[in-house]
Amino acid sequence: MSIALNAGGPAGPQGQTLRQLRDGVRRLTELAVTPLVPADYLDMFNPLRAGADLRGRIVDVHPETRDAATLLIKPGADWAGHVPGQYVRIGIDVDGVRQWRAYSLTHGPRRDGYISITVKAVPDGKVSNHLVHHTRPGTLVHLEQATGDFVLPEMPGKLLFVTAGSGVTPVVGMLRNLFPVADSGVVHLRRSEDLDITVVHVAPSEPDSIFIDNLRELHASRAINLIPRYDDVHGLLDVNRLDELVPDLAERATYACGPAGLLDALEAHHTERGMELFVEQFRTTFVEPGEGDQIYGVSFNDGTAVEADGATPILDAAESAGVLMPSGCRMGVCYGCVLPLREGIVRDLRNGEITKAAPGDGVKVQTCINAAAGPCEFDH
Amino acid sequence: MTVIQKQAVSPIAHLTPEDIEQLGVELDAIRQEFLDARGASDAAYIRKVIDVQRKIELGSRAVLLASVFPPAWIVGTIGLSISKILDNMEIGHNILHGQWDWMRDPKIHSTTWEWDNATPAAQWKHSHNELHHTYTNVIGKDNDLGYGIMRVDEDQPWHPMYLAQPLWNFINACIFEYGIAAYDLDLGATIKRKKTKDPEFRAQASKVLAKIRKQATKDYVVHPLLSLPTGSFFSTLAANVTANVVRNLWSHSIIMCGHFPEGVETFEKRSIDGETRGEWYVRQMLGSANISGSKALHIMSGNLSHQIEHHLFPDLPSNRYAQIAPKVKDLFEKYGLNYHTAPLPQQVYSAWHKVFRLSLPNGWLATTNAKNAPEKLKMLYKMATGGPKVRRAAQARLNQEARRLKAVA
Ligand SMILES: Cc1cc2nc3c(=O)[nH]c(=O)nc-3n(C[C@H](O)[C@H](O)[C@H](O)COP(=O)(O)OP(=O)(O)OC[C@H]3O[C@@H](n4cnc5c(N)ncnc54)[C@H](O)[C@@H]3O)c2cc1C
Ligand code: FES
Repeated sequence: MSIALNAGGPAGPQGQTLRQLRDGVRRLTELAVTPLVPADYLDMFNPLRAGADLRGRIVDVHPETRDAATLLIKPGADWAGHVPGQYVRIGIDVDGVRQWRAYSLTHGPRRDGYISITVKAVPDGKVSNHLVHHTRPGTLVHLEQATGDFVLPEMPGKLLFVTAGSGVTPVVGMLRNLFPVADSGVVHLRRSEDLDITVVHVAPSEPDSIFIDNLRELHASRAINLIPRYDDVHGLLDVNRLDELVPDLAERATYACGPAGLLDALEAHHTERGMELFVEQFRTTFVEPGEGDQIYGVSFNDGTAVEADGATPILDAAESAGVLMPSGCRMGVCYGCVLPLREGIVRDLRNGEITKAAPGDGVKVQTCINAAAGPCEFDH
Repeated sequence: MTVIQKQAVSPIAHLTPEDIEQLGVELDAIRQEFLDARGASDAAYIRKVIDVQRKIELGSRAVLLASVFPPAWIVGTIGLSISKILDNMEIGHNILHGQWDWMRDPKIHSTTWEWDNATPAAQWKHSHNELHHTYTNVIGKDNDLGYGIMRVDEDQPWHPMYLAQPLWNFINACIFEYGIAAYDLDLGATIKRKKTKDPEFRAQASKVLAKIRKQATKDYVVHPLLSLPTGSFFSTLAANVTANVVRNLWSHSIIMCGHFPEGVETFEKRSIDGETRGEWYVRQMLGSANISGSKALHIMSGNLSHQIEHHLFPDLPSNRYAQIAPKVKDLFEKYGLNYHTAPLPQQVYSAWHKVFRLSLPNGWLATTNAKNAPEKLKMLYKMATGGPKVRRAAQARLNQEARRLKAVA
């Protein structure tokens, strides 16, 4: 019933009565469950239903290499789809703490509506190691809708993909969309007929190379021209000699995804020659926690900005600069001073513990016992 | 009991300032140990408790739809009482303390949580977390001591109106959630100061009223109406009233046991000026009392049965207090302090005994026995009906008698 009504509802007086009835039922339910909301109860039984906060359930964890795995996820009913090359932000509880990270979507078209991401465990990486090594099917994760500008134009023409390490993931997502693989092998779609794609795939070694089998299969069927470069065989890739590998480099639009060093080098190289380059960066650069005697800028989204040193609680620094701050005990027990840290890094003055927030995280921190350890932006 | 500063032999006289600071360091170490240990199992615990509470509530509400049938009424009312107690104690109280904020789950966070209680979470957090936990047991600062309506200390001058304080206390227990709401609003003082027109107070009051209206509509209108088809309107109404009163009596008892039993120390206002972290810890240690008992008791009390541990580390997850307790107890022993713990009936009795004792003039209860009872009652009657002068004279006599009694013993 609700689908028809949600889609605008049948016209006429009958539709209106139905709508009123539905609103009435909704209001009654809200009254019956206050101070909770109906969703709190519905979530217990069907967390993936339409109208719920967007979540997903991990259906399968499939190892790709010794330190990378593909996770197949059944997204909630409100998942709006994605354009190949885009990424999704995933919230998962690691050691009981909700962590949000971005992962490129790597699946091609799927009839079951599942989505997949491929994660490479980075040394000491909190989330990547958890996803690759410790995540079991059945786990519920939190999702945001897919976003990202690392996507192909409608009429791609001649392309060069430069991928390094786990940077292959968004590219695999694009390629799988252009050349779906069926049991019988690579399917050549009409829309992909005119494509001319070269992939320079960089990895530390062949066994560490995620998706190498898929790329080889595409190469064998002439869908792409694959140029693998393994650090242990070929040495580190020198961007300035890229034209030796790809003679028609200048005719191609370059799409690159990999470590910051490689992307920076490509950027310099392409700008100098006036060539087209699109990049995707995986790594958010965090400021390292600074020393106590340094001064950092702390800003609030109402526009106020104050200076705080690394040894003074943010609460004190903000208040002495005249900012109206929520506060209570001022000693870390009451949580009356908690504000969401939109981006930045703070240090717990009690034990030196560092809390970081990437854009969008909104990590809630106690301002009375945390000092800035780098520039900070608060929602307040 | 008088404030610790005025006692003949202070229970902390044997501690040097260095001892107290060292004690603080050792408590900080315990805190850090459990901060480090906190993880997935703790998160799973609170989620489980919330899940169970919601299922019990749903189940009980469903059973109550047919509450005209006595077995359904009994099962549903017991279930609803349990679910309300869990909601307020182990879940609400502890989440609102920020004990689970570290999970960074916006659905289980002190800044977003709301509970099944008349007082809005935000206002309770202010009066409870900021005032009570900061000024624990400081006479004149910590209004939790007697909720501003009772005589909680010998040094508070006795007045005949206090004779009724056991009755007040009982009534307050029955309607505890409203008592708390009024107290979070500072209603009594605001009326006394004739500040009820103050816009800030008005804004707060209207929030409380809105919350009360919602709560009452749910319990006393919507659910009874939903039970109407089986003819269960009034029985469901009665079930909701009962569950709320049970929850009120239970939480009032648990909270009384936390700071009210005989032997729990109180402190002078002046004594907390410039208090160090170590001194703050000592105040929490001596100003709280535990309830010993089963795991079920701990959960149903919101682990306030570990009141001492809770007051030392109000933001550590409640499921950890049972593990923290032995370590804290060792420190009490090491520093020669009295770890106040007893089973529930004993603590409830002790707390009520104090309410009765302080409702009477100082020394009256101690100096009264079966033989002199008529004479003592006459004296009490005189004190209650006479002016301040009469009271002062009678009090002097009582003090003398009490002193003599002590000397004999
Ligand atoms: C748009 C976008 C798309 C992404 N897509 C993918 C993807 O498809 N597959 C994938 O595996 N990752 C992807 N990432 C990276 C991913 O979001 C995480 O940053 C990565 O998994 C590391 O998280 P962590 O919690 O394990 O590491 P953390 O615990 O946050 O960091 C641990 C250590 O690793 C370093 N580190 C952080 N990120 C990286 C990194 N990317 N490479 C090397 N070292 C790092 C940190 O500086 C730190 O020293 C993407 C990132 C972005 C922004
Ligand atoms: S003001 Fe109390 S925790 Fe910050």
